[in-house]
Parts: sequence; structure tokens; C-alpha cells
Amino acid sequence: MRDYAIMIIQPAAAMVLAPMLLGVINWVKANFAGRRGQPLLQPYYDLWKLLHKSAVYSSTTSWIFKAMPIVCLSAILLVTFIIPLGFGKTILSFNGDLILAAYLLGLIRFFIVIGALDTGSSFEGMGASREVQFSALAEPAFFIAMAAMARQTSSISFSNIFSAITPQMWATNSATLLLVTAAIVIVLLAENSRIPVDDPNTHLELTMIHEVMILDNSGPDFAFLLYSAALKLWIFAAILVGFILPMNVMPWQISIPVSIAAIFVVSILIGIVESCMARLRLVRVPHLLFTAVALAILALIFTFRN
Amino acid sequence: MIILLAGLGFIIFTGIASLFIKDGKTCTRFGAAGVIIGSLAAVTTAIKVLFSGETISFKIPWQVPYGSFYIVIDSISALFLIIVFMACSIAAVYGCGYMAGYKQRRLSAPTFFFNMLVASMAMVVMARNGVLFLVVWEIMSLASYFLVTFDHEHESVRQAGWIYIVATHIGTAFLLAFFVCLGKYNGTMDFDNVNVFGKASSVLFLLALVGFGTKAGIMPMHVWLPEAHPAAPSHISAVMSGVMIKMGVYGIIRTISILPEIQLWWGWLLVILGIVSGLLGILFALAQHDIKRMLAYSSVENIGIILIGLGLGLIGLAGGSYILAVLGFAGALLHIINHSLFKSLLFMGAGAVVHSTETRRMDLLGGLIKRMPLTAGAFVIGAIAICGLPPLNGFIGEFLLYYSSFAAALSKDIQIVAPAVAAIAALAMIGGFAVAAFTKVFGIVFLGEPRTSAAANAHEADKAMIVSMWLLAVLCILIGITAPLVLPVIISVVMQIVPAEYEIAVLPFNQPDKMLWWIVISSIALFILISVLAMIRRNLLKNKTVTAGPTWDCGYAAPTPRIQYTSSSFSQPIVDMFKNAMYLKRNEVKIDELFPKQAQFESHTPDVSNEYIYRPVFKWIDRLTGKMQWLQYGVVQMYVLYIAITLIILLVWKL
Repeated sequence: MRDYAIMIIQPAAAMVLAPMLLGVINWVKANFAGRRGQPLLQPYYDLWKLLHKSAVYSSTTSWIFKAMPIVCLSAILLVTFIIPLGFGKTILSFNGDLILAAYLLGLIRFFIVIGALDTGSSFEGMGASREVQFSALAEPAFFIAMAAMARQTSSISFSNIFSAITPQMWATNSATLLLVTAAIVIVLLAENSRIPVDDPNTHLELTMIHEVMILDNSGPDFAFLLYSAALKLWIFAAILVGFILPMNVMPWQISIPVSIAAIFVVSILIGIVESCMARLRLVRVPHLLFTAVALAILALIFTFRN
Repeated sequence: MIILLAGLGFIIFTGIASLFIKDGKTCTRFGAAGVIIGSLAAVTTAIKVLFSGETISFKIPWQVPYGSFYIVIDSISALFLIIVFMACSIAAVYGCGYMAGYKQRRLSAPTFFFNMLVASMAMVVMARNGVLFLVVWEIMSLASYFLVTFDHEHESVRQAGWIYIVATHIGTAFLLAFFVCLGKYNGTMDFDNVNVFGKASSVLFLLALVGFGTKAGIMPMHVWLPEAHPAAPSHISAVMSGVMIKMGVYGIIRTISILPEIQLWWGWLLVILGIVSGLLGILFALAQHDIKRMLAYSSVENIGIILIGLGLGLIGLAGGSYILAVLGFAGALLHIINHSLFKSLLFMGAGAVVHSTETRRMDLLGGLIKRMPLTAGAFVIGAIAICGLPPLNGFIGEFLLYYSSFAAALSKDIQIVAPAVAAIAALAMIGGFAVAAFTKVFGIVFLGEPRTSAAANAHEADKAMIVSMWLLAVLCILIGITAPLVLPVIISVVMQIVPAEYEIAVLPFNQPDKMLWWIVISSIALFILISVLAMIRRNLLKNKTVTAGPTWDCGYAAPTPRIQYTSSSFSQPIVDMFKNAMYLKRNEVKIDELFPKQAQFESHTPDVSNEYIYRPVFKWIDRLTGKMQWLQYGVVQMYVLYIAITLIILLVWKL
């Protein structure tokens, strides 16, 4: 009974609360800037409005462009069924599920990129080109960080890794955990197109990555993409929280709310980063990602101590 | 066995008979029918062997010294036979459509050589006598050489053929040494039981690695691959890339399976070579402007992935890690099957594009999805599969490799953990760049607006070509969905390589097929989600006016198709990042005035190993042989005299 409850609450929480993360980030940024800002629930209003709008399709585009938002949202929804909240098994939890999750994110990237190229716009081509470059560098960092965690916890599925984090581990192996945290934070910022890699707020196409790839999407398609971006942020935040917090010490009735709270803390931190930093020059972004790879490798080396 | 030999005989017979058919169309159809009927007959035996696990052998004495007509089909051979027959039959169908474009040529020769290529590849994976093996290996190389040089009126094609034949014979020279050494240690040229131990077995392994690696296209022995594959007609490229380079991999696998002692450092060597081939292969693929050249480099990358799998398997064998041994080899074998499907498919797609637009330069194409929708659909499936993305077959092979690496990374032994982690990092990076490379090819060639009139006037490919491409696409999807059923068959093949005590039941994290069921469930869930969301969107848009407009142009009033991002601009950031490793050459006229007059940018990426290893070596050989020119008279009688003198010297020396 307990297991089933967890299995249902996990994806449900992700699906319901994910857009709120964007609202929280904007709220933090507004507060830093001394503005009143948008209401916290603005992303939900946006989604609702977009879903009820009509769509405009460029005459250059083909079925790829129309398939793209659907494939993206489907794949990301599937990933929400893999990533646990706190501890406990999810519906799609098996040995090696971290590989499937990472490759489903790859499928999303593939479609978003060809969807962008389908419009024939050079702005979108630019964003697509940057997206594939940065994600090809973020991918090894993500995988090595996962391998470090797998070694640390002797398990190869998200739910087992999350469940194996204990307070003692923080006492004895804090180096690994800290380095993995740092690597995952960089990957999170890169994969979710946040500052310092990408600025979701600029509307100067020459500097954008994610936003520019979806310039031509409108109506329900755009709503799907906005929602999948929110879910993706939720997923990475959940991975980060799962890798750090020893959830196994509390009962699930507490661990799930605590995890959700922690995910919102992550979004507040993203908001703070975005308020305090400018985005990096594009040629500097690979350096940041190489740093993430280096941190992950270091984390892995530290796992040899035990 | 008789059925199989009869099938092969039929393929050869129809090949010879096609030499006497004048009409090109009838000739290719006749030859293709021969390949398909012969393959269907022969493949039954292979399937029987694969599923029953028994080994069939057939031996008759042969006049040739040390030779015997000794062939054995075990499950490794059977697996490769199925790949040969399946991919070649589909390529033969495609060839009927593709070769119809050559109206003024006689097509007897290519048909004959195609059939010979199929038969010789089938023989390669069965031969168990060194002499027989070298003979059929040579037939395979020569047949493919004549197919590569089919368009011999072009200078570049002759050049490519020349590079290919030199490279393949350097490889064969190593194989000759390999078989002679093997025969000397073993006492017989039949190589089913080998008793070679110690240093000798390492020497044999290295000889085999260079010899077979040249055929497989391992970096830095790959130089012939990006030359020969673009030059050949597209169904030949498909067979060469999909099947023939796997003969090299087969050779390595066979060597591993017959050598009784396995050294750990062999595995390390294979993993390192695999990572180098994989990473550089995909980076060079990204930098290419020619669609078929790009696909050829991507074959180097995939051979790299296969080598990583084989290396992990070897490390598992030598280091006693069961899961790494079994799943490493299984991942490699599955990737061999998968690559033969999706690479053939992609080459055929590229061929359809070349056929209809008469250019291989990606930057001259664009917007073909509207003109060639069926080709584009098959091509995008191949592209997703080759990037190793779920839910298609490419993902299953890579999943096994990742899974075995992750499991091995948990081990205590640093000698196992280090290559496993290196493999994980390399696979992740290769995967990322593969997405970049294949979104580029698909996006630039098929999407957007046509960049030239050749692309604008493109037409859909011939029916035979469409059918064969979609057949391969369906197989890609099918293997992705039925992976848990395919895996036990693959593992039964792996059991030929690893000893029986490595039985799957003793694996930690056992039941890999159970995980594959989870993946299949996810794939089905993905399809369901996609259809549900498509339905939701249709309902949302039902009573609204969906309008079509131009792509948003940021206020720029007169965009032309030439403004679109090109393949060079798309890959520039990545290529630039690695420009030191790739010796990128750029030709640039910089803008340095306030009112720029004319600017120009050009980049091209010559092959590093070609430029810095082979060219200097061959220049040196050229100089050396130049000094021996006084021996050459150009008179045949003199050469006969030389042969006679050599014979006499040899006889005197031996007596």
C-alpha cells in the first residue's frame, strides 16, 4: 500500500507542481530587482492561455515541427515516472533506469533540434547548434557523476541510489557527495538553459539557446514545450535533491514533502544565481562544462577510498 | 549444410550468368533475384544453427598445399551469416532501383561482382582453414574494389579505389603473417583448435588486430573508408559499411574465441582504440560537408563503439568480471547487427538523395522532406537509431554496454573500474556528438528551404529503393521492441566466446532480459503518450483557425534560402573546439574595414592520419622504390626471367 502511494504521489507531484518552479524563480528574481513581479502562478495562467489559443505554422515546416512538442512532452513525462522523490521505488524503476532517463533526455534534444532546423531560420539553427555542442559536453559530466554515485552506493538505479544516502555517508564520504553536487548543479544549469549558460529572459536571439529554438512554436505546441521545460527543471532538481539528502531516515509521509520543499529551495537558488550573475560568453561555456566533467571525475576518484 | 552451399552456389551462378545478359535492367534484376533466392535458402541453415546451438562442419580435401575446403558453422558464424544475407538481399533490391539510373552502361560487371561479394562474405565467416580463408578474403576485397571503382570515369573514384586496394592489401599482408604463424605454432592450417600460449598468443592477437582492424576501419587504419565509401554506388556503400567492415570485426571476435589465453591488456588496447575511433570518428563526421563521407566517418565511430564492447568483454574475461564479459560481448554483437541495419538504411537514404539531386554536398540541399517524404521518414528513423536513442534498436545495444560498464564500475578492482568508467564517459560523449552529427545531416539535407534548384527539383526515389529503406526502418523498430527476445539468442552466441561457467544465472544484477522488458514497456508507454498527446492537440485545435505563415524573420524583410544555417555553420562551434586535434584548415578573408568589401570563409578537414602518417610513409617508399627503377625494363620477358631466377635461388636455398 505504502509503495503504491509513493508511486502515485511522485509523478503526480512533479506534474502538478513543476510549472510553479518557474514561478518561484521569477518571483525571486523580481524580489532581487526590487520589482513586484509576476504572480507565483503565472506559468499556470500562461499554460492555460496557450492551450486555448490557435496555432500558426510556418509554411517551411513539415510534420517534424508538429511532432516535436509531442515527442518532447511524452519523453519528459516518461522520465518523471523514473525519478523518485525522496526514496522508494517509482513505477519505472529498474537496474539501469538512469541510462534510460539520460537517453530519453537525448531523444528530446534530438527532436527539439530538428524541430528548430525545420523552420529554416538561421536564428533557430544557431540555437540548435549551441544546444548540441553544450549538451554533448554536459552528457559525460552527468554520466560520470552518476557512475560516482553508483559506486558510492553500490547500486545502479535512481531509487536505490537515493535510498542509500545516509547521514553517515555525509560524515565519511562528504568529498564525493559535494563534488557530485557541484557537477550536477552545473549540468542542471546547462541542461535547463539557465544563467550562466543561457538566459531564458533575453529576447535577443543571437545570445539565446533554448528559447531561440522554439521561436516559431505557438499555441498548444508552445504550451507543451513550456510544460516540458518545467518538468525537465523539476527532474534535474529532484536528481540533485535525491543525491544530496538522506531521505531514508524519515518515513515517507515526511520525506516526500521535505523533498518537494528541497526542490523549491533549488529553484530559489537558481533564482538567486540568475539575479547575481551575468551569463557567460558563449566561448566560455565549454570551460564551465569541462569543469563539471573534472569535478565528476574527482568525485569518482574519491569513491576509491572506501 | 548442403542447402547452404547450394544457396551460395546459386548466388555465384546467377552472378556468372548475369555476365551474358545485355540489358542493364534485366541483368540487375536477375542478379538480385539470385542473391535473394540464394540467401533465403542459405539463411535457413544459419537460423537453425543459431537457435539449436549445434555446430555443423563440412570438410573436403583440396589440392592447394596446406589447404582444405573446411567450413564450420557455429553460432558466431550463423549470426554473421544472417547479417550478410539479410543486409545484402535488401541492398540487392535497392540496387535494382539505383542502378536503373545508369541507362547507357552495361551492368553485368557490377552485378557479377555484387554476387561474388555476397558469396565471399558468407564464406569468410564459415572458413576454418587459413588458406581457404585468405582466398575468400581476397575475393571479397577484389569484388568490392571493382564495385567501388564502378564510376571509374571520375578521377576521384579511381583515386579512392587505389587507396582502398592498397589499404586492404596491407591488411591482408598482416593476415598472411597471422595465418602462417598460427599454422606454424599449430601444425595445421585448420584453425578450429589452437594451442598457442604465452607471448606467441599476444603476437598473434596483434597481427590479427592490425590485419582485421584495417578492414574494420579502426583508427588510424581507417583511411580507406572515407575515400571508398562515398565513391561506390550507394547500395555498395551500404553493403560495405553495413556488412563488409563487420568481417573485420568478425575476424577479431574469431581470434578472441580461438586463442586459449586472454590477456587483460588486450582488452585495454581494444577499449582505447575503440574510444579513439569513436570520438575522432564522430568528430570528423561532424566536420564533413559530403553526406556519404560523413556517413563513412560515422562507421568508424560505430566500429569504435563495437570495439569498446569487445574490449570490455575481454577485460571481463581476463579480470573475472562475469557481467562485463557477457554483456560487453553481447552489446558489441547487438551493435554489429544494429549498425548493419541503420547504416545500410542511412547510406540508402543518402543514395536516394544523390540519385535525385546529383550532389553529395549537404550545403547545396535542403527542404527535401517535402519532395521526398518517404525517404525522409526512413532516414529520420535511421538517424534516431544510430544516435542510440530510445525506443529504437540502437539504444538497446548501447544500453547493454552502459549497463555492463556501470555494473563493472562497482567492482573493487581498479583495473576493471578504470576502463569501465572510461567507456561510460566516452559513450556519453560519442552519443552527444552523434546527436549533433545526425541532427545536422537530417536538418540540413531534409529540412528548411531548398538551397539550390537541384534540391528544389528533387523527386521521390524509385519504388524498389523506398521498399528496401522502409524494410530496414521497420527492422530497426522491431529489434527495439523485441529486444528481450533477441537478447537470449545473442547471449547464446556470446557463450561461444566465454566459457560456460560464465552462465547468465550467476551474474550479479542478473536477468538482463528483465531490464530490457522494462525498456520495452517504457517504449510502448512512449508510443501511447505520443498518440494521446497528438489526440489532445487535435482536440484543442479543432474549432480554431490554424494559419500558415512565413517563418519568423525578426523583421528582416527579404530572407532567402541562402541565409539558412548551413552544415558548416552548424558544426563550427564543436569542430572549432577540437581544431587542434583535427588539424582544421580554414581559408578566411577577415573583415577589417568599417565598410567590408568582400569576405570569404572556407574550411575543410583533411584526415589527420592520412596527412601525417600515411602520406610521409608512402612518399618515403616512393623515393626508395624510385632508386630501384633500373630493374624495370617494361619488357615482359625480363620479368619472366626475374621470376625464374628467384625460383632457382629459392630452390638452391631450400636444398
